[in-house]
Amino acid sequence: MKRILTIFEKEFSSYFNSPIAYVLLVVFLVFQGWWFFWFRPFFVFEAAEMREFFGILPFVFLFIIPAMSMRLWAEERRTGTIELLLTLPFRDHEVILGKFLASVAFLAVALVLSLPVYFVISYVGDPDPGPVIASYLAALLMGAAYLAIGLFASALTKNQIVAFIIALVISMGLYLVGYAAQVSGLLTETLSNVLSYAGLGVHYESMSRGVVDSRDIIYYLSVIGIFLFLNARVLAGRNLT
Amino acid sequence: MITVENLTKRYGSTLAVDGISFEVHPREVVGFLGPNGAGKTTTMKMLTCFLRPDGGRATVGGFDVVDQSIEVRRHIGYLPENAPLYHEMEVRDYLLFMAKVREIAPADRKKRVKEMADICGLGPMMLKQIGELSKGYRQRVGLAQSMLHRPDILILDEPTSGLDPNQIVEIRNLIKEIGREKTVILSTHILPEVQATCSRVLIISNGRIAGQGTPEELAQMAVGEERFMVAIRGPRDTVQAALSRIDGCSGVQDQGIDPQAREFHQFKLFLKGGLNAGERIFQTVAQNGWTLSELRREVVSLEDIFKRLTRQTGTPEDRPS
Repeated sequence: MKRILTIFEKEFSSYFNSPIAYVLLVVFLVFQGWWFFWFRPFFVFEAAEMREFFGILPFVFLFIIPAMSMRLWAEERRTGTIELLLTLPFRDHEVILGKFLASVAFLAVALVLSLPVYFVISYVGDPDPGPVIASYLAALLMGAAYLAIGLFASALTKNQIVAFIIALVISMGLYLVGYAAQVSGLLTETLSNVLSYAGLGVHYESMSRGVVDSRDIIYYLSVIGIFLFLNARVLAGRNLT
Repeated sequence: MITVENLTKRYGSTLAVDGISFEVHPREVVGFLGPNGAGKTTTMKMLTCFLRPDGGRATVGGFDVVDQSIEVRRHIGYLPENAPLYHEMEVRDYLLFMAKVREIAPADRKKRVKEMADICGLGPMMLKQIGELSKGYRQRVGLAQSMLHRPDILILDEPTSGLDPNQIVEIRNLIKEIGREKTVILSTHILPEVQATCSRVLIISNGRIAGQGTPEELAQMAVGEERFMVAIRGPRDTVQAALSRIDGCSGVQDQGIDPQAREFHQFKLFLKGGLNAGERIFQTVAQNGWTLSELRREVVSLEDIFKRLTRQTGTPEDRPS
């Protein structure tokens, strides 16, 4: 645990040592603000709620999150620091968890920084905080699943751009699968249920409506678990030079 | 301290390390000598638990590199090739981070970092970003990092590469110093480095050990044949004949008139055996009453020595293609 924390601290602070992190935060917040207040003009709606704000997140995360995670292993591989990192007296899973939790914490920072949106709404109206809190938790959980995918993708290559694209492809695949069930009438009912359960965005939608179902939480935790496990397998292969 | 038996590693279809075996005893400084791609780095990566061996076994400090890798990692300090570091971190922060990683007690960390910084001459650089440092200073940060936790065993991959001559001397002395108390493995492709620092040398070529011995033994092997350039004033044919009669001479090449001193004639000699070869040339010239304006031993390149040594141990792949 102490070792996970050591890696966590280093990774989390190194986010703020690189300009990419700030660019990402700005892009995320500006886009969300623009979307919410101008593109879907919040002020013409009657309802004081953040549904539109959260509704776009599964899509925005497809691009923002791989950019948050692409550096994590690829940069270590490119510069060779992975060789020092993986010869420290740490287990692989401790390093993986440290990196993963640091990226989740960075995502949490991004989400916290979007809170002013909520304050604006409470200023002009009287929003129900329940769904907002549920949506924030759902966004963090879903984002963590995207991050686990991105971290895994980053371990596969020395090139951050390649890591970004792999992460984008995997998460977009998982995202779209959930909706494939809705558009295709050709699938059997069981298959369509399975597919829609596998979708990255579907669980988020039901959670952000304020319905926190353990199945949704289990879904995201399993995605996280699977990709962190795959990440460990990649490191155990160790032909990373 | 370190035992290696039949260690093997392949990358795809190439055999990077081909069943090498050796031992390193406590307080030995062992040098891996060989050209790039010989398998030195790969061997080190297996000893430091970065790469998993495909065959054979290795123990470091009595611990198996595969089954007890965490124990192994605790006992070693490692400087990978090119000293990879986090360029966005400050030197001091980086060393403090490594001190934490190495589980040095919080109260001792600053003191230990300061101590290592002094030893490695990092004092004025402590508050700079690692990315801004010159190659030499980065190498020192890498060294400081590797010794921070006072490991029993140091594994240094080309510790002096990229340093200027003064720094090289400093680092070599540092390694020698360390070698009095600790076990050190270092790799290099520079022959004088081995002579300056190591108590034993393993010559690695094509993933195998092509030869080993003390630097003196190595030098002896290397002095199998030497090239001399001489410029002599005297009758050309008689001189050439006299030179070829020198003990151990295996050939004399006429190099023509010396362009700087036209009455002198240049010859290239191939002489075998011993360090007094130059003396024998001088005596021959002196006995005949000729004048000598130049007597120069040509520096034998590592390549020559290396080829010679690998040929002696009979690795067929080493013949230049």
